[in-house]
Amino acid sequence: MNDSELVRVLASIVLQATPLTIAVCGETITERAGVVNLSLDGTMLLSAMAGFVAAYESSSVWVGFLVAGLVGALFALIVAFGSIRLRKDQFAVGFVLTLLGDELSAFLGQNYTRIPGPHVSHLGIPLLKDIPILGPIFFDHDPLVYFAFVLVAVTWWWMFRSQPGLQLRSAGERPEAGFARGVNINRLRYLYTIIGGALVGIAGAAYSLDIKLGWSEGLTRGLGWIALAIVIFGGWSPIRGMAGALLFGASKALAAALQRRFPEVSVVAFNATPWVLMILVLLLVGSDATERLIQIVPRRYQRRLRQILRVRAPAALGTVFVPGETGED
Amino acid sequence: MKRASLLQRGWVIVPILVALVITALLLLAFKVSPVEGFGAMIRGAFGDMSKTLSVTAFWVPMTLAAVGLVVSFTAGLWNIGVEGQIVMGAIAASWLALKLDVPRGLLIPLEMLAAMAAGAIWAGIVAVLKTRGKVHEIFGGLAFNNLAIIFTNYLISGPWQPPEGGTFRGTSPFPDKALLPLLGDSRLSPISVVMVIVAVVGVFLILRGTAWGLKLKALGKNPDSAFLLGVSSERETILALMLCGALAGLGGAVRVTSWFDSLRQSISGGIGYLALLVVMLSAFRVAIVPFVSFFFSAVLNGSITLQLRTQLHSALGGILTGVMVLLVLLFGDIRTLRILPGQRRKKAVPDE
Repeated sequence: MNDSELVRVLASIVLQATPLTIAVCGETITERAGVVNLSLDGTMLLSAMAGFVAAYESSSVWVGFLVAGLVGALFALIVAFGSIRLRKDQFAVGFVLTLLGDELSAFLGQNYTRIPGPHVSHLGIPLLKDIPILGPIFFDHDPLVYFAFVLVAVTWWWMFRSQPGLQLRSAGERPEAGFARGVNINRLRYLYTIIGGALVGIAGAAYSLDIKLGWSEGLTRGLGWIALAIVIFGGWSPIRGMAGALLFGASKALAAALQRRFPEVSVVAFNATPWVLMILVLLLVGSDATERLIQIVPRRYQRRLRQILRVRAPAALGTVFVPGETGED
Repeated sequence: MKRASLLQRGWVIVPILVALVITALLLLAFKVSPVEGFGAMIRGAFGDMSKTLSVTAFWVPMTLAAVGLVVSFTAGLWNIGVEGQIVMGAIAASWLALKLDVPRGLLIPLEMLAAMAAGAIWAGIVAVLKTRGKVHEIFGGLAFNNLAIIFTNYLISGPWQPPEGGTFRGTSPFPDKALLPLLGDSRLSPISVVMVIVAVVGVFLILRGTAWGLKLKALGKNPDSAFLLGVSSERETILALMLCGALAGLGGAVRVTSWFDSLRQSISGGIGYLALLVVMLSAFRVAIVPFVSFFFSAVLNGSITLQLRTQLHSALGGILTGVMVLLVLLFGDIRTLRILPGQRRKKAVPDE
């Protein structure tokens, strides 16, 4: 049973979704603190490149992940510094970094393309991996996959069950209320933007050191934007974000399977899937049409359905907080 | 508005110089002397007349898109979808160029109009997704960029592939009458320069002197109070994006009918994203856009020569412009460096 086609496909979806899960978790942390780090696509490309080069030169994947995390943290620091200290448009800073990360990865990585290098090695968890069906799907992978599981669980607990997590959310929801209770909002925003960025960097290296193996120009292009969309779809919750990453991976696997099944359908239709999905899920969670749809179902299910389908952004997302002033810029 | 002091105006040179220094250091790191590297770039852009004409030909579509972006930015909109709007314009122009058999004097205007319509429609979809579906224009635009590129690939590998077989590279060349008249053997069409001039002046006048321009500014500054003043945010959002899309689409038509002679796989190749950077570096002012755009075009064309001479990746040009935009964005305004509101408790120290 553990060798069946379906189990293998599901296991590969879990593996493929790992970098996205980590990136989505990182950006969720950042945005919950009230900052939008739009640079994800460029950050992931540059850190995928830097992580691979560092791992290649040091023959250690862990050095690679460390360097990738630092690159991600640095880009996040620029976004945080630009928006918090210099009060610049954080979308603008993030967008410029997106393009710059892309160009930098192409230029700095030019002598390291398409060469074999170190990669994360497989490590099944004893006992757990022998559980029928669930074992091979979730516990017969490499350490990075387990890191993503733990990360999501810890982030969720931190965010919604701990005292510092309450402060984190206050920075994104009602900074003036947090400030009144003695929380240094801008320091928190720096901290969580940098942590989130480091995770995005690790996600980039997860591609070059684990999923796609090796560096080539544009290795992860587009995936950063997908991650940003999944953060919204995930309603700024790490667990829902992970579900989003898994669903995205599943839909890609489904498209690939359908493509094999129906070779006469143009490859175009399948290439378009991620982007069509992106629009559809954002429409689902945001548009008024969904609200009208919810109104149709019996009253007692409405609340539950709304919880599943609708999302609400942190109230102070993307706004500037000036200590001692009420209202936002 | 108070007059800016000389220091305030001149200050912007500092981040620009720092960007050049960073690029020079990158050249040194790859064992190319900066004099040689920048020299190759300058020669690649202005070494002879044909190179300068090439820079100008590349400048045209980028400037058209950038001028359009000034409109959408004025309304406070992030039209990342401009790249896809260029591509759709190119596709629409190619469609008429390949399929329509009418005299040149009719065909070329029709191509341009079709391209503008296609760009405007592509932008309009993103706009309606925003106003009706609450999908942020960044995500809508990005998805539709990729869909436009995928659509191009479908066309050139499928229905529009050349009779000798699809190569994924492009369609067959258009008939001569479908192409813009070119200056000598360059890729620059004088007509397209006229288009740029008309676009710059037109957008300048619209934003300066019309009630609609004023509405856009109100919307961009503060959407909520603009709504209270009776500015329909939906109507203005859709119109601003569609105007931008039309100009970007025109740029796409110029790409296929003068820079190339057919629809190619990377028909825009990131011109739309560059145009976004151009507008940011121009501080969102349409009068400055053509000059900044020309500088970008020179750097990017020059970096291709740099690659030929030194084997260094041409992404260096993109790094130079990217670092420059980032530094000017962050540190370009000396006033925000000296006086930081809300930082009164500490002494504000300029960071750079």
